[in-house]
Amino acid sequence: MQVDIGREALLRQVEQFIYREARLQDEHRYEAWEALWTDDAVYWVPANGDDIDPEREMSIIYDNRSRISVRVRQLLSGRHHSQAPRSRIRHMVTNVEIEGREGGEIRAGCNVLVFESNLRGETIWAARTGYVLRECGGAFKMARKKIDLVNNDKPLYTLSFLI
Amino acid sequence: MMTAPARPRDLGSLIHHDRVHGSLYHDPAIFEEELRKIWYRTWIYVGHESEVREPGDFVMKSIGPQPIIMTRDGHGALHLLLNRCPHRGNQVCTVPRGNARSFTCPYHNWTFAGDGRLTAVAFANGYDGCDMSKLGLGRVPRTASYRGFVFGSFAPEGPSLAEHLGGAAETIDRLCASSPEGEVELTAGFLQHRVKANWKFVMENETDGYHPAFVHSSIFSVAESGIGALYGGQSAAMTRDYGNGHAELDLRPEFRRTGSPLAWFGTSADRLPDYVARMERAHGERARDIMIDGTPHVMIFPNLFIAEIQIFVLQPRAVDETIQHVTALQLKGAPDMNRRLRQQTMGSVGPAGFLLADDSEMYERTQRGVQSRDPEWLFVGRGEHRERIDENGYRVAHATDDLPTRGMWRHYRRLMEAD
Repeated sequence: MQVDIGREALLRQVEQFIYREARLQDEHRYEAWEALWTDDAVYWVPANGDDIDPEREMSIIYDNRSRISVRVRQLLSGRHHSQAPRSRIRHMVTNVEIEGREGGEIRAGCNVLVFESNLRGETIWAARTGYVLRECGGAFKMARKKIDLVNNDKPLYTLSFLI
Repeated sequence: MMTAPARPRDLGSLIHHDRVHGSLYHDPAIFEEELRKIWYRTWIYVGHESEVREPGDFVMKSIGPQPIIMTRDGHGALHLLLNRCPHRGNQVCTVPRGNARSFTCPYHNWTFAGDGRLTAVAFANGYDGCDMSKLGLGRVPRTASYRGFVFGSFAPEGPSLAEHLGGAAETIDRLCASSPEGEVELTAGFLQHRVKANWKFVMENETDGYHPAFVHSSIFSVAESGIGALYGGQSAAMTRDYGNGHAELDLRPEFRRTGSPLAWFGTSADRLPDYVARMERAHGERARDIMIDGTPHVMIFPNLFIAEIQIFVLQPRAVDETIQHVTALQLKGAPDMNRRLRQQTMGSVGPAGFLLADDSEMYERTQRGVQSRDPEWLFVGRGEHRERIDENGYRVAHATDDLPTRGMWRHYRRLMEAD
């Protein structure tokens, strides 16, 4: 077996990006997190399956760039009650894979487990998360992030932190 | 340990005109009594005809904690069936929706038609001499629809759906009038938002015009929304008690003051030219008034909340657990409108919604707070001094008043005190 060093290095870069994004979410660094998005970004958490048509069917989150900004500003307001006090959260990221590379874009996927503690109690969220990352000025930006929650067909508690 | 059910005479002492006792929200025995006297007796909204359009269509719904299969049989008739094989009690349906000629129980292969009738059993000679004709799926004894909204009642006899809806039926008419074809459809699928709170906190909040300025101040300021002003102290909007627990937050006086079509939807006629043209074709001169008034904000007791652009179906699963099933309203014959209805609904409601995340946070904090020992009561007397009777004989008060809540409790008490 021959190791493809270029691909291995890219995988490390993608992993580091995903870890950093997770840490910004965990630490509620909303503005730094928002800066990771491209102008044409889509932040998507489907409901009732992973392959629904978000233009026809309800999703838990289906944000374009301007709605991502509204989401961030609501969190920054300090009066978004479901995040005041903020949830304590930690994302566990594993199984990172590069799924494709075309033009300047990389498709990557990973498994994510999020542990949340808030006033209600403790909640575990599990997902496969897919990214479309774009290389912009020597760094990655997120053009698309899709979070396929394992239980997206079930009743879910409030999800008001950044997943 | 089993708790004895609360006796009707005890409940009367827990509900007064301007205050209700905290135990009504957290006592498991009261919840059991509610299932018996409200959820398994009165008319409960189950689903919409547009969700089972074709013969053989079915969709999983609920009445309280009970799963209900809503079907359209091969002849086009609607049925509300219970998900329990009459043989050994197994669940016969485990998928959320679909189209099927029949339901086959996977345990011993008994097969049922879309109307619930038992049509085949495996190795039938083992039942020689048995009367199998009664062994169909259980069914909700009474089913009725109004303008496509399907309700079920577990009581074989009682008030008709028309009697139950009373004056509140007019709010559903108003909703349908906003469609160029006079019909709404529910075709976008439901979000399911779970809260650790009693269903009555959710129901009461739906027509609580006092909270938006505070609970939703973050999103109103960020989104530069005009919604907040509708619920201010100077608002001309009103609460209306239709009786039977149904209540409306009537925002039309505010929208009429502006007099601008589609302002209720945060937009204007020039942004939705196709919808406006279709409405004018359908309704003529009335179209403009309909588009100024907008769709209603009404709570149909105990579980259907029509919230202008979406509907919520409230499902109690335990004394302290409620599921809010929510989807965008879709107006038949209004594609450009429907796209916006879906987008706005996704932004505002469901587990990650800009509005509902904060409402739900209040529900859960209230559920925990109300279990504190002192004071034992919740005060629902706001605006009692300014209640009046409108031209149709319904009680009305200011948008921020507790009038809807008082009406719900009046009806609740009547239902719970019945035998």
